[in-house]
Amino acid sequence: MGRRPRALPLGLVLPATALLALALGYPLLRQVVLSLQEFGLAQQFGRPPAWNGLANYRELLTDRELWVVVLRTVAFCFVNAGLTFGIGLGLALLMARMSRPVRILTQCGLLLAWAMPVVAAMTVWQFLFDTEYGVVNWLLTTAGGDFEGHGWLLEPWSFFLVATVVVVWMSVPFVAFTMYAALTQVPEDVMEAAAIDGAGPWQRFVHVVLPAIRSVLLVVVLLQVSWDLRVFTQIYTLQKAGGVSNDTNLLGTYIYTLGIKGGDFGTAAAAAMFMLALTVVLTAPYIRLMVKQEED
Amino acid sequence: MARRTPTPVRVGADVIGVLVLLACVFPVYWMVSRSFLPRNRIKGEDPELVPWHATLDNYRKVLGDDDFGDAMLTSLSVTLLTVLVATLFAFLAAVAVSRFRFRGRRSFILTLLLIQMIPAEALFISQYKMLDGMGLLNSVIGLTLVYVAGVLPFTVWTLRGFVDGVPRELEEAAMMDGCSRTQAFFRVTLPLLAPGLVATGVFGFIQAWNEFTLAVVVMTDPAKETLPVWLVGFTDSRSRGVDWGAIMASSTLITIPVIVFFLLVQRRMVTGLTAGAVKG
Repeated sequence: MGRRPRALPLGLVLPATALLALALGYPLLRQVVLSLQEFGLAQQFGRPPAWNGLANYRELLTDRELWVVVLRTVAFCFVNAGLTFGIGLGLALLMARMSRPVRILTQCGLLLAWAMPVVAAMTVWQFLFDTEYGVVNWLLTTAGGDFEGHGWLLEPWSFFLVATVVVVWMSVPFVAFTMYAALTQVPEDVMEAAAIDGAGPWQRFVHVVLPAIRSVLLVVVLLQVSWDLRVFTQIYTLQKAGGVSNDTNLLGTYIYTLGIKGGDFGTAAAAAMFMLALTVVLTAPYIRLMVKQEED
Repeated sequence: MARRTPTPVRVGADVIGVLVLLACVFPVYWMVSRSFLPRNRIKGEDPELVPWHATLDNYRKVLGDDDFGDAMLTSLSVTLLTVLVATLFAFLAAVAVSRFRFRGRRSFILTLLLIQMIPAEALFISQYKMLDGMGLLNSVIGLTLVYVAGVLPFTVWTLRGFVDGVPRELEEAAMMDGCSRTQAFFRVTLPLLAPGLVATGVFGFIQAWNEFTLAVVVMTDPAKETLPVWLVGFTDSRSRGVDWGAIMASSTLITIPVIVFFLLVQRRMVTGLTAGAVKG
């Protein structure tokens, strides 16, 4: 066996490592460099980029627009993650109480919504909220409202309402299924013992169920936060459909507009670093948990 | 959970369950049913709940559209290539991590964990610059490269669980019977890993097939668009007047393979994302 076992595992992880280093590691390093350089249109056309230290960051951090976008992103993230989690957990608890056929049907429905590709879901919801042909306008008008020809995407508030509906619609199934799976793991005998000891449903939930599902709950919440922080496709497509983009940018589309559309790669790279930092800060507990579990 | 649910609670839960079912199914139903309606029926005063005047015109139109064909070809190439490369690389890495103790093993695993948390949106600027520099913008290879990197961490993670699940003793028994280590692996362990390879392959397929963000960044040339990017552009072509029937038909076409594959691996997706994380 001699030397082989030592070289073999390294050889086996080499392809994956090399690819990750090329496709993620190198861009990450390059992004750090880029964020410290002046890299605009002139550089696009061949002028060598000049170092400008922290100027991109200074420019960005003193830019009111960035802070508006950041606040909007964080608010959108928390509202969506909160709604998704609340509805998902509520549904999981209800699923445990439904009669069998209804539960199976509900799960099939959730699976269907979960399986929808993002872009397909986006076109359907755009269609449902469409100004002229949308079912939502028709329903609200039939119900007595004045929604004929109402444009949902014209105002930032209703734009984000539509975005929230789609994001929550697509994300609830994962939470509901995962939490339902966790709930079925709660030991039955402990629940019964608690009931015999006179604990009401709320007390049983807080003192028996919650502690038992705590770790899954934490993972789900943090995953949801990290996903809702990076919502891009939904905002991008709704912007394309609605036309308003300045007041509806979240960090992802902001970086895209700044860099890919606007050609200001230096500032865009600095904004991307900012997004990375934000992700790390908001999901640090998840990362810590994973690292700890890996070490055990 | 407590076994006996009081009847009023159950009825209430059932009612909400039915409402949730409707909320989940209606958009999908609307997509499919409208895709069979001719344009003048979609435009009508009151929407028809059931498409009585069904036609295949929308599908004929979409399938006859050269741009759709091109996008389909690009999507298929990128997706299949991603699945192939990601599954192969992840398989090798998973075997190493599961079957060997070596220096750097722990940092490799932790790096995978951390990478998984990096949002594509935080890196696409420099990935774009890199692919631009390599002349790989608007190329299947370029997009595949960033896709593989995106799915690898999860794929390695999941496959590692599968390899862990095959008892070492089986391999050892085969070796006692005269197999070499390699033979034992290929004849005993590999066949047992087939379900795992299928599951991770399907996961990669769904990811790559649906992906939009990186596709819109990397494939800037309209002739090189993947299906999702093409669909968004198609929906956006307001100048011609929005043809919702055709849009719904193409959305349905894009959705079908995903639904089929999704149902295959759904159980593993539920456990994979969390149990993989929780179990370690």
